[in-house]
Amino acid sequence: MKLVVIGNGMVGHKLLEQIADRPDLDVTVLCEEPRPAYDRVHLSEFFSGKTAEDLSLVAPGFFDREGLNLKLNAKAVGIDRTAKLVKLADGTTVPYDKLVLATGSYPFVPPVPGRERPGCLVYRTIEDLEAMREWGAKSKIGVVVGGGLLGLECAKALKDMGLATHVVEFAPRLMTVQVDDMGGRLLRRKIEALGVTVHTQKNTSEIVEGPGMGVGGRHKMVFADGGALETDMIVFSAGIRPRDELARSSGITMGERGGIQIDNHCRTSDPDIYAIGECALWGGKIFGLVAPGYDMARVVAAQLKTLSLGESVAAQPQGEGSTALQFTGADMSTKLKLLGVDVASIGDAQGATPGSLNYLFSDEVAGHYKKLVVSADNKTLLGAVLVGEAEDYGSLLQFALNAIPLPAHPEELILPAREGGAKTGMGVDLLPDAAMICSCNNVTKGALCGAIAEGSTTIAALKKCTKAATSCGGCGPLVKQVLDAELKKAGVTVLNHLCEHFAYSRQEMFHLVKVGQLKTFDAVLLAHGKGRGCDICKPAVGSILASAWNEHVLKPKHQSVQDTNDYYLANLQKDGTYSVVPRIPGGEITPEKLIVIGRVAQRFGLYTKITGGQRIDLFGARVEQLPLIWKDLVDAGFESGHAYGKALRTVKSCVGSTWCRYGVQDSVHMAIFIEERYRGLRSPHKIKMAVSGCTRECAEAQGKDVGVIATEKGWNLYVGGNGGMKPRHADLLATDLDDQTLVRYIDRFLMLYIRTGDRLQRTSTWMDNIEGGLEYVKKAVCEDSLGIAAELEAEMQKLVDTYECEWKKAINTPETLKRFRHFVNSQEPDKNIQFVDERGQIRPLSKLEKNPESVS
Amino acid sequence: MTLAPRWTYVCRVADIVPNTGVCAKVGVNQVAVFRLVSPGGEDEGVYAIDNFEPRSAANVLSRGIVGDSSGEIVVASPVYKNHFCLKTGRCLEDETWSVRPYEVRVSEDGLILVREP
Ligand code: SRM
Ligand SMILES: Cc1cc2nc3c(=O)[nH]c(=O)nc-3n(C[C@H](O)[C@H](O)[C@H](O)COP(=O)(O)OP(=O)(O)OC[C@H]3O[C@@H](n4cnc5c(N)ncnc54)[C@H](O)[C@@H]3O)c2cc1C
Ligand code: SF4
Ligand code: FES
Repeated sequence: MKLVVIGNGMVGHKLLEQIADRPDLDVTVLCEEPRPAYDRVHLSEFFSGKTAEDLSLVAPGFFDREGLNLKLNAKAVGIDRTAKLVKLADGTTVPYDKLVLATGSYPFVPPVPGRERPGCLVYRTIEDLEAMREWGAKSKIGVVVGGGLLGLECAKALKDMGLATHVVEFAPRLMTVQVDDMGGRLLRRKIEALGVTVHTQKNTSEIVEGPGMGVGGRHKMVFADGGALETDMIVFSAGIRPRDELARSSGITMGERGGIQIDNHCRTSDPDIYAIGECALWGGKIFGLVAPGYDMARVVAAQLKTLSLGESVAAQPQGEGSTALQFTGADMSTKLKLLGVDVASIGDAQGATPGSLNYLFSDEVAGHYKKLVVSADNKTLLGAVLVGEAEDYGSLLQFALNAIPLPAHPEELILPAREGGAKTGMGVDLLPDAAMICSCNNVTKGALCGAIAEGSTTIAALKKCTKAATSCGGCGPLVKQVLDAELKKAGVTVLNHLCEHFAYSRQEMFHLVKVGQLKTFDAVLLAHGKGRGCDICKPAVGSILASAWNEHVLKPKHQSVQDTNDYYLANLQKDGTYSVVPRIPGGEITPEKLIVIGRVAQRFGLYTKITGGQRIDLFGARVEQLPLIWKDLVDAGFESGHAYGKALRTVKSCVGSTWCRYGVQDSVHMAIFIEERYRGLRSPHKIKMAVSGCTRECAEAQGKDVGVIATEKGWNLYVGGNGGMKPRHADLLATDLDDQTLVRYIDRFLMLYIRTGDRLQRTSTWMDNIEGGLEYVKKAVCEDSLGIAAELEAEMQKLVDTYECEWKKAINTPETLKRFRHFVNSQEPDKNIQFVDERGQIRPLSKLEKNPESVS
Repeated sequence: MTLAPRWTYVCRVADIVPNTGVCAKVGVNQVAVFRLVSPGGEDEGVYAIDNFEPRSAANVLSRGIVGDSSGEIVVASPVYKNHFCLKTGRCLEDETWSVRPYEVRVSEDGLILVREP
């Protein structure tokens, strides 16, 4: 069946995604814009640094599949409904069996004389934003015409560009549709406090040449009330109009004030033509939000799929009573942050329902305004307005959508919690299974509960499985509440199982491996697990085997459990190339070795960068180049830096007493000693260390898993520090240690962590979670309270004694070298890896820059 | 009219380390070929899907870890860890990232052959 989709906007694209699994549909997509679908909802993030590529909604390779033909810069200009042809602007035609109009809408620009002056812009496409940015750079003052949702978002963009910003609104208040008078007043005050000037009840009568010579008054806006405003650029955001011109010119039924009329199946008056998204008119309404559009896309996708299966049109659902997927309207409730102000509007926000009653709460000091609209019998919530604070949006929305009976005192839902008394909330248990929790992705409470019952017992797993909370994120807190409530009901307490294959924590697994003398993943799986294993338990067990027995990760029997980084002994990069990090102990390096690194990079054309860990990373190596690169490095005396492993990374040092006038100990010497002692050590997560030569702490040792700081008398030992996502200051474990004691304490500390740490748990979180905390660790390490200190030291010494450089071993083992090639049956390199020059070095081509032809 | 299927010789079964993959050139396509072996050591067949991983747009699937997810045999992309069913190419996280499966066969003397699509 030939399907033509006009428009590849958000909704049109959703439709394509829904039917992507149906190669029997022969689809042509006409996209007027120069690029395929992107995320208009997050368009303003373009100003905070997102690129067009970041905003793209198109999964890589999506349009490469057979039977899906995307035409960019292809505007449809006519529909011949008798011949079933769509005419394009370039004169060509495309035939269809079924046609979907997903043409969206255009920004309405009021017919004000002067509106075509340069610098008068709109706000809908990436090109519009590029123009705004260009004009913003040469302007001082900016005006937004329209004080609705989009207008205020646009005002933020102008403000962020540093312009004196004005909002001009025709109505007496801001956000007329969503908020009421009092809410609008508060919103205005808050926005003005941020430095945006708001003009309400202003009707622009013309735009003329301003007095400013160049910047600072290029235009003058003249208002009907006689006032005027000088500005350099104007953005119109005065509402949207459906792009219904194609339907109109081909005689399809339209709404009185525009919009393509559709029924519950999203069919237009021509049964072979559907309309979805912002161009469609349902029940006399245009839905200017993306979620209803997505619903429409799903409705049409379902019909197309049945049709293409060859079922007769007659068998199609026709009547309203049909059980097939239908579009039956949409909730227009919204929650937004506009210029940093929380604003939410639910259902009948204006109290238009006859007999409805209001509860109002206003706190002008804190700047909060809340209103509930309830039914005449005070039993159901009809609508709400929240300005300044909108935390309760999620639960109020559920009350309204599911007609959950209100508590005896509905006002408590919006009154601030009194000290001591907990706030009347809505237990998620009250929600029916049909309650829509994530409207972006159409996930109900029932669907969430089902997924939880089937084993998605973390937020991450739930997101993955149901897609809830993966778009706007607004439903996140509610998803979490449902999850917590369900887990509580199930009496779940233990959640530290490695994965579906092992019902043990990493600590238990470590113990089982040691006690059972298990030496391979298969042995561990047969003894304690089920199934085949996965990408979670395999590397975890691999790491345990390495910590327990120090077996070379390259041994064939361990090969299949290694992550690609450990498999190729290098760090995988986004384009499938790898990076190479030779060890530079303590950050100390001779000029000769620096030259070697430079030569190797030159010879293989690699990108070089100094890392945050005091060493040098070489990027852009292909698998087949890795052994050659390492041959050169090993010959010059370099060793693996284990940047690819959950292992010791670097021991950072400061220059210390040898050169520094304040240094009290030789920190470089100690750093090198420590790095060489623990190099290659496999652990639950990576380990970083540092040694500073005095209390000024130039090596930042207190941000490391193990930090050593010199004192007049010896060394202070710190543990459990972390930079990264959640920085943590290290805890002082012992003071004024001599060299030998320092090393013995580090041995004990590390082995204890390796034995008991969880998978991917840094020492910082391990310290935070270990029962007894710092005191326990201190006693175990410094006082041997567990009576295992000698054992821990002996285990570590064994690992130190059996260390070997993985790369040196690899390049001397022909069996291992075999894996370093891209194709098993050809010498060719991967042609999909492509670079360009940037600042004198290579960089990988981005997905969009790559020629799709080169994929294969 | 369809032409007679073209089968490309990839390598011997023994050339693939149990439960890992290799990448093969099959016509113009890059194909990830995996050899499955049970924990007990019995050979459990050979599977082939695209080597191209749509989410990262990189040719890397042959380098992923093989395992199972709720009983389904999958490979995890080494880049973003999304999973692909080895039988169908379906991506478990998001079907729009799914890839193509290929017909694969092992000859009596242990040669792996993949059919061009
Ligand atoms: C290359 C480097 C950035 C650079 O150009 O400077 C880097 C690169 C990566 N870092 Fe890092 N980190 C690098 C220094 C750091 C530092 C600074 C430091 O070590 O002093 C930190 C903060 C310190 C810390 O870890 O406490 C750091 C905190 C992280 C984190 C967050 C860890 C955390 O506990 O919060 C991650 C994510 C993770 O490990 O889960 C990460 C993960 C990564 C990964 C592995 C992400 C990935 O999976 O691709 C990057 C790949 C490394 C590679 O070589 O391809 N990187 N990363 C630095 C390598 C240092 C080295 O010589 O080995
Ligand atoms: C700045 C901004 C912020 C927004 N914020 C939100 C928000 O927070 N929440 C929310 O729910 N919604 C928001 N929206 C609205 C949301 O973006 C729209 O509801 C959604 O994009 C509608 O999708 P669509 O596919 O119907 O239309 P569009 O995304 O506009 O796509 C229509 C496409 O069709 C193309 N087209 C039109 N005519 C033709 C033709 N003749 N031939 C070929 N192609 C054609 C157009 O060029 C366009 O690419 C926002 C919109 C904007 C502009
Ligand atoms: S930490 Fe001390 S010794 Fe090291 S560089 Fe700083 S001041 Fe000098
Ligand atoms: S409601 Fe937007 S992600 Fe769930």
